[in-house]
Amino acid sequence: MKHNNAKKNLLDTKPKKIAALVVMVALVLYLPKSGLLSPYLVRILTMISLYSMLSLSLNLLTGFTGLVSIGHAGFCAVGGYTSALMWQYLGLPWLVTAICGMIMAGVVGLMLAAPTSRLSGSYLTIATLGFGEIVKMIALNWQSFTGGPLGVNHIERPEFFGITLTTFNGGFFYLSIILTALVTLFVYRIVNSKMGRAFMAIRDDSLAATMMGVDVTAYKMKSFVISAAIAGLGGAFYVHFVRFLDPNTFNFDISIIIISIVILGGTGSIPGSFLGAALLISFPEILRFASEYRFIIYGLILVLMMRFKPEGILGGHSHRPFRLMKGVESYGN
Amino acid sequence: METKQEPILEVKNLSIQFGGLKAVDDVNFKVNRGEIVSIIGPNGAGKTTVFNMLTGVYQPTNGQIFFKGEEIQGKTPQNIVKAGMARTFQNIRLFCDMRVIQNVLLGMHTNTDYNFFDLVFHTPKYRKLEREKQQKAVDILKFLDLDRYLHDYPTNLPYGDQRKVEIARAIATDAQLLLLDEPAAGMNPEESEELLSFIRSLVTKGFTIVLIEHDMNLVMNISDRIYVIDHGRKIAEGLPQEIATNKDVIVAYLGEEEEEDQLEEVEHA
Repeated sequence: MKHNNAKKNLLDTKPKKIAALVVMVALVLYLPKSGLLSPYLVRILTMISLYSMLSLSLNLLTGFTGLVSIGHAGFCAVGGYTSALMWQYLGLPWLVTAICGMIMAGVVGLMLAAPTSRLSGSYLTIATLGFGEIVKMIALNWQSFTGGPLGVNHIERPEFFGITLTTFNGGFFYLSIILTALVTLFVYRIVNSKMGRAFMAIRDDSLAATMMGVDVTAYKMKSFVISAAIAGLGGAFYVHFVRFLDPNTFNFDISIIIISIVILGGTGSIPGSFLGAALLISFPEILRFASEYRFIIYGLILVLMMRFKPEGILGGHSHRPFRLMKGVESYGN
Repeated sequence: METKQEPILEVKNLSIQFGGLKAVDDVNFKVNRGEIVSIIGPNGAGKTTVFNMLTGVYQPTNGQIFFKGEEIQGKTPQNIVKAGMARTFQNIRLFCDMRVIQNVLLGMHTNTDYNFFDLVFHTPKYRKLEREKQQKAVDILKFLDLDRYLHDYPTNLPYGDQRKVEIARAIATDAQLLLLDEPAAGMNPEESEELLSFIRSLVTKGFTIVLIEHDMNLVMNISDRIYVIDHGRKIAEGLPQEIATNKDVIVAYLGEEEEEDQLEEVEHA
């Protein structure tokens, strides 16, 4: 139970932290321009970044609040369609459509959370599964508005300061990194606040949370809305990245990939979402030689994981001391 | 007769019915500020149900609960916590994947007054309040001699200390009235002895305590007054020595003599 108080970490002081950050940023900026990476690799890195963002979103809901959603792609679809259709009908720039996509996904999140707030466990999970399918069916059948099975084509790439983002100029890579960084900071701050503590308390024991004054229903809804909004942002990024959107773009498989990343990386672990995304998105690429067998390998990894480390690679109890705020006297603990 | 006594909690005709079962039937009691009052009774007597009604988990079918002079039945658990009443659980219900200090910080949930905007942008208000609360959490842990576990997860703690963390979490709500549901359950005699002096020390710090307990040694040693409940009804109340010799109480706990005789006869047959 002793913790190493005098941790002599390399990155302990503020200037060193800033320096490390600057080096990392420089490296990230340099990577796509370096010629070391082919556009193919830049694209994979962009996808890893995107899926990290989506997993963080689901991790907030599943890992921190304990609400398992297997319809998360539905929120991506709402964000994606909002953004793509606003571009198509109104010709608005990406930043505006993406923010609207986020808001719309959040609103839909609230619409899903309100009637399901009394459900828990598998019942809620089934409801989210149904939700994902409903979104797909609406997109498929509301042909006059969404384009139905033909989808939305040639979606415009985002443009900033007269520069159109492409995979070749690294623009999409940079944008995804920026968005993921913002989402990470956002989630990190939520988790380390009274809101995050309320989420975790609901996950661990919702009756005890109620008795300590947490409005469980309200916080479950908040978790849903925030998580949905982030997923909507991810969807709004993705459709302008691949420039095509149809009802199958965000299908059940996407939901399963996202939840697999959260489980593999570690429920309730922010770095876990990154590791999970890096592993699960690069696996199919690395295992291309195995052609269709790769999904067997993929499944095997998940089964072994659940057998031997169900809390995920980086999940479970942290061995690092809790970070008290500066100025808090801890009496040598 | 003694010093001026001011009731912090007053329960009148409290009843609850689950279908045809009267789990609690017409129970009256009163707790004065600075007292330790115990509620005892055989298993299934309805003691925890009383706690559940006090804290807003169940709505009583009948009766009134006055806390600090204000009626609280029908209020949500959040509002009751805010008003200054907090409880612990019969089976320890700590948040086991949160650290000890996070458990205590969660206790402060209702009186941590920053909003979503503050926490996302780390406004000065957030920094000030969060620092204050963290300091207070550390101080509470220090007061209960638990500060060495600050970074740990509750499941790694010895049983007795887990109970104390639950009390720490209840104290963190700024409660003046603590409802302790069988705090000595599963403790060995030394641990329960330690708990006894610990609960006494809480009273000297200004807390009022209502205790549900099976450990008679603890109850008789610590309580100012005792209420006995059996089959949902109050069967006795009084000072510990009165309760110890009360015939109804002995019957409730040990059964009537004739019954025992009959039982013996059956066994001999």
